[in-house]
Amino acid sequence: MEFTFSFASLLLLLVVFSLAPLFMGVILKVKAFFGGKQGAPLLIKYYTLIKLLRKGSVYSTSTTFIFKLGPIVSFVTAFMLLLFFPFAGLSPVLSFHGDVIMLFYLLGLGRFFTVLAALDTASPFEGMGAAREVFFSALAEATIFIILVLFFRLSGGSLSFAEYFSGNQVVNLWSQSAALIILVLIALFIILLTENSRVPVDDPATHLELTMIHEVMILDHSGPDLALIEMGSFCKMLFYSAFITCMLYPFHTGIAVFNFIIFITIMTLLYAGIGLVESITARYKMDMVPNFILTSFALVFFATILTMELV
Amino acid sequence: MDNFLHIQNGQVVSRADIPDLDFSIFQEAVLNATRHSGFVVQFFAYTDEQSILKLITVIRAGLDLYTAGCSLADEYPSLTPECEKFHMFEREIAEQFGAHPKNHPWLKMVRYHENCRGKKDVFGNDYSHDIPGNYPYFTVDGDAIHEVAVGPVHAGIIEPGHFRFQCAGEEVLSLEIQLGYQHRGVEKLLEQAEQPLTRLPTIVESIAGDTAIGHSLCHSQAIEALAGLKVNDGAKVVRTIALELERISNHVGDLGALSGDVAFNPPLNYFGRIRGEFLNMLLTLAGNRFGKGLVRPGGIVFPVLEEQRRIVRDKVAEETPGIADVCDLLFSAHTVLARFEHTGTVPRNTAEKLGLVGFAGRASGLSYDARITFPTEAYAQLEANKNKRTVGDVYSRANVRREEIMHSLQSITDLLRQDIDAAPIAVPAYHTLAPDSFVVTINEAWRGEVSHCMLTDKNGSILRYKVKDPSFHNWTGLAMSLRNQGISDFPLCNKSFNLSYCGFDL
Repeated sequence: MEFTFSFASLLLLLVVFSLAPLFMGVILKVKAFFGGKQGAPLLIKYYTLIKLLRKGSVYSTSTTFIFKLGPIVSFVTAFMLLLFFPFAGLSPVLSFHGDVIMLFYLLGLGRFFTVLAALDTASPFEGMGAAREVFFSALAEATIFIILVLFFRLSGGSLSFAEYFSGNQVVNLWSQSAALIILVLIALFIILLTENSRVPVDDPATHLELTMIHEVMILDHSGPDLALIEMGSFCKMLFYSAFITCMLYPFHTGIAVFNFIIFITIMTLLYAGIGLVESITARYKMDMVPNFILTSFALVFFATILTMELV
Repeated sequence: MDNFLHIQNGQVVSRADIPDLDFSIFQEAVLNATRHSGFVVQFFAYTDEQSILKLITVIRAGLDLYTAGCSLADEYPSLTPECEKFHMFEREIAEQFGAHPKNHPWLKMVRYHENCRGKKDVFGNDYSHDIPGNYPYFTVDGDAIHEVAVGPVHAGIIEPGHFRFQCAGEEVLSLEIQLGYQHRGVEKLLEQAEQPLTRLPTIVESIAGDTAIGHSLCHSQAIEALAGLKVNDGAKVVRTIALELERISNHVGDLGALSGDVAFNPPLNYFGRIRGEFLNMLLTLAGNRFGKGLVRPGGIVFPVLEEQRRIVRDKVAEETPGIADVCDLLFSAHTVLARFEHTGTVPRNTAEKLGLVGFAGRASGLSYDARITFPTEAYAQLEANKNKRTVGDVYSRANVRREEIMHSLQSITDLLRQDIDAAPIAVPAYHTLAPDSFVVTINEAWRGEVSHCMLTDKNGSILRYKVKDPSFHNWTGLAMSLRNQGISDFPLCNKSFNLSYCGFDL
């Protein structure tokens, strides 16, 4: 097992992390544009975070320490994810062979605590949302692990993000296996929408508890707890978007500054793309969502079969 | 219809002319009339001058209205097991007057208040305690069943109401709706009003804020009939326009909200703006965005001159293409159609059994439209609306609303083309009501059939004032639409009906 550590990477990580709320603002701006509105300012998510952090938290007397633990674990696990990701092709802050498997289970751990915190409130809404969230992310996990199998084959036995996107045998759209990567990109975009509770899977803007998936689980959280959850969700979104971005452009070569600019540009476009999708599609019916997620599975499963030279 | 008195919408009849039948004859006649083709417009109790509990019903069958009455004992055999249309009405009478309908299949309080005769409470509630009272909910047993209770306090700015779901996973087996949290005693307030009755229109406009015109029209027509007031033709046209503007603004707002509920944002924003334009047109006519203060017994209160009519005409012409475009945007998005189609279906036979009214009824294939069947004001000169898709799902309800918006726009344009003289009346006015009389008025407000019924005593004072909002019929329709639906589709179904809480609670 090999550990690497770099201060330049840490700096980049902090820069990218601090931009995460801005990217979310891009989605809102695009949605507002399609809705014929001016919309909230681009920096709205920063204002929200500052507002929440200055507030106090309210706890129901029926909850236990689990309820307070939920937001912390979900933020910490999501932030840990970023430590291992090679943003703009720069080697990550931390990395070891096999880190991808740990990372996706870290996400699972964060989700587990969010679900526990939701169940801790004993609200029928939150239990319902938890059931949906667990069901849908279990389906999404199938896709993610097929993607890892595929990447394992394409990158010659790599099992870490650093190797995928900054090593010798990188995986991206400009390599030989571009056709397969296109399938992976579509699948990963579906997973991004699912895991980050975006339309058409979930509606982050709704006030209707009965239709919510993720939002309903955090209804009882307030103040700094809610801010932690929000930051955790920004990190998660950042992770999936960066994952897609790194497949779109070969960042491992060239000048770091230009790479960074291109990275930020593609990221912004990707977030705008999410906003576009949210503007032109309605939500799926709840029982259609599994079909949508499993479509991604079918795509990457097909791609993986293509890498096996069976004939 | 042998035992009934044939009446007209808004016609004053002497109370003595209403057949006073034996209860058994009354029951048989009413059941015969309503079991198939007839629908209940009014079914209410009152205590007469000798403190005898009386029952009066108004039934519509085809193009006709019939009425009959009887004396009501403290216990009587319920009509509901034979005909579901009486379900809510009998519960209401039990609550208001403490008369127990025997063998009623689901005898629960409607609004949680004491009966006015000081009788023992039918439901065993102690009203010195706040809600929750003694009312069991329908439950489904089994390990896999979970119960979801929503409300009465909701997220957002909607009114209070309690929804109790029995679910198997995501599937709703049963939904029970309990309302009454906004009971203000409207009927009692109306009955206690003293001459010169200027307070009545203000109360009536607040029965349901989004149906201010609909309710005040019903009220004004009732007073006009009882006081023998003539309304000039110009005022009738203006009142018709106001009712149609109310219809458009509500339908437009709800189509936007439906779109928002499925997370399709552009129509939500566009329709939100357009709704504002129509409320502003009401502002032009009435000085109030909800049309309050415009309609009063005898006519309209504000002068509607060429200038106001030009503003409305131009605005309608300006907005019409935009509405058509946004409707196209909404109804051509396939992800939206996937949500609307086959969601929350109320089949025709269910709708017929429950007696659904208004656009919800029309979406389920019941073509009843009070504007056509019992035309008031200037409706006789307008063309009827036709609905294409009437299978009872959310899509049908949305599409019927879309068609009604376009129809109403055309109607307003037609009405504004006429040269009218809408002279305002002076208020307050002292109206002497005909003594010992009965009148029922019906209007098609945007949700459906609104009906007011007034009984006067020998001095011409109001003996009983009965208000019925279309929501009184249609809430049960919403509950039925959720059977075997996903619970996540509830908000969508709810919005597709968009029923009034306060109109029901009175």
